Amino acid sequence: MKRTLASLAVGAMAAVMAMSAAHAQSDAQSQDKLAKRITGAGASFPYPVYSKWAQTYQQKKGVQLNYQAIGSGGGIKQIEANTVDFGASDKPLKPAELKQAGLMQFPTVMGGIVPIMNVEGLEPGQLVLDGPTLAQIFMGKITKWNDDAIKKLNPDVDLPDADISVVHRSDGSGTTFNFTYYLADVSDDWKNNIGVDASVQWPAGTGGKGNQGVANYVGQIQNSIGYVEYAYALQNKLTYAKMKNKDGNVVAPSQETFQAAAKGADWQKADGFYLILANQTGAKSWPMTAATFILLHTDVQKPQEIKTVLDFFNWAYADGDQAAEKLDYVPFPDSVVKLIKTEWHDQLMADGKPIWPMNGNSQ
Amino acid sequence: MALVDRQRVATSSAAGDSRRSVRFFNGSAFERAFAGLCLAAALFVLLILGGFFVSLTIGAWPALAKFGPAFVWTTTWNPVTGVFGALPAIAGTLITSAIAIVIAVPLAFAIAIFITQLAPEWLRQPLGVAIELLAAIPSIIYGMWGLFVFAPVFRTFVQAPIIALFDNVPVLSSIFSGPAIGIGMATAGVVLAIMILPFIAAVMRDVIATVPKRLKESGYAIGATDWEVARAIIIPNCAGGLTGAVFLGLGRALGETMAVTFIIGNANRITANIFAPSNTIASTIANEFQEAYTDMHSSALIALGLLLFVITFIVLALARLMLKRISS
Repeated sequence: MKRTLASLAVGAMAAVMAMSAAHAQSDAQSQDKLAKRITGAGASFPYPVYSKWAQTYQQKKGVQLNYQAIGSGGGIKQIEANTVDFGASDKPLKPAELKQAGLMQFPTVMGGIVPIMNVEGLEPGQLVLDGPTLAQIFMGKITKWNDDAIKKLNPDVDLPDADISVVHRSDGSGTTFNFTYYLADVSDDWKNNIGVDASVQWPAGTGGKGNQGVANYVGQIQNSIGYVEYAYALQNKLTYAKMKNKDGNVVAPSQETFQAAAKGADWQKADGFYLILANQTGAKSWPMTAATFILLHTDVQKPQEIKTVLDFFNWAYADGDQAAEKLDYVPFPDSVVKLIKTEWHDQLMADGKPIWPMNGNSQ
Repeated sequence: MALVDRQRVATSSAAGDSRRSVRFFNGSAFERAFAGLCLAAALFVLLILGGFFVSLTIGAWPALAKFGPAFVWTTTWNPVTGVFGALPAIAGTLITSAIAIVIAVPLAFAIAIFITQLAPEWLRQPLGVAIELLAAIPSIIYGMWGLFVFAPVFRTFVQAPIIALFDNVPVLSSIFSGPAIGIGMATAGVVLAIMILPFIAAVMRDVIATVPKRLKESGYAIGATDWEVARAIIIPNCAGGLTGAVFLGLGRALGETMAVTFIIGNANRITANIFAPSNTIASTIANEFQEAYTDMHSSALIALGLLLFVITFIVLALARLMLKRISS
């Protein structure tokens, strides 16, 4: 079977190569010309903003971006297998992992993860939770809404004497990675017994597929609590909780508090941009802020395509902020973008030469 | 093919010619080529089957080598530590399928009897078509309907009263326990039953139609009631086919993925509570395969696939065995 597949693939590749050879002839005069088509695959969390950017970019520059939201794990696998021009992941790879796979990564946008709930009479933003309490709830150790730990944080809220139904992601996801990272950061119990990953062994609750699946379940199940990307909480009009952050302040999820978390982070010191925005210091920082990343091979085999990819994100950093904000994502501050471009210059080499000019735009 | 052949024979004999002279192909060479082609097609199926088994085993090997046979009866499924056991998924698969079969089979039999025996002539055709259409609805539609329409109704009107009813009964209170969330094994089982019902009913209808009319009419002639004819004449005469219909439905229920993933709750746990969320083999694979980026995790998922393959194989083998016993 495998062999048949392989020969099919070889046949298909030969056909594609024949076609691109024909293309190359017409492109031969202008060596620097950019690719018309770039492909990427990975995280589903940034898919709405990437596709919005891609649409605008195609209208402006005529470059088509084909992005497949197959999940962060899939994105990492696809870029390692070199089947796409870039991979995308909500879970950053560690510097050692990057080196081993010959990859570099950079963040594109941020978002926030918010606890959502379905409790009768509760208004959005009325309930306050803190990290340890949230960890206890998701471990199945706090089982009632009127538990003392929740009551202590919410002395003025009338909480029902009802069982809490926990809703988590059933599929592996970058959102779960960032969520469990935060819980492990604030709770040793979580760190030692559950751990941090895209999917974990949940001690309690029901699993929904995708952000939308969790939102659906929370909408359906009375007295439930779940966690989703902020945009999904807004779109589904679900009740969300405020959080007590590292500085001890109670903050509501918003563009402002997500951005505050990014400002608190020291990207300069983050080797290979390996930085997780959970539980950052800062008076206004939302504790469950998360960035999403792009992965590229450092040894550039297809300079035209990769340059086009960089041009695309260069444009997005400069002109895509408004589109991102409209979709409830948070763009990076210019200081971080400058670091990212330096990294492009330093890391991405074709035949030993950088493909991105220092401090500059490609064209 | 057979039909065409017979027609050809009929026309040729009607024309009074010898069969051979009319045939376009020269007999023996064509026959041999035809037989060869059929054999090749049959062998190809075996080859695909064997290929599936081999490639699943190769993919599953790292997990099978690491966990051994304990993979089948351990309950930990932990991607963080890379420890995997399949029992919760196996149990979820078997329990939901069992619920589905228990609900669907009597209903399907009743539908088939109604269509073939009791319904007025003008109603049979539309009913039959309606059932076949039901069988053709994609499973994701059942999943969406199950989650948005059925689950809330089931929670309010079935789960909550049953939980309240058995609250203080020793064993039953743990089989039917709260909280009533509308999502779980029982919901998945009922939706599966609805999904496989038209499938089983359609096959049963065709099977019952094969019972010779004179047998049935003899039954009625000696004064048997509808039920007596069904029990004493129809069932014994086509028991093999009816069992086959049940196992076809069971096969579909075991492997159903999308609808179950929507409504089972996707929790890797074993409980006695049939209202609790659980997981099936197919839904675990659907949920986790995309993001399984450690080799052990993907291998464990492929091993689950292998198990489903084996379970389905056992079910079909059992069906064969039962058919044999019934027919002998």
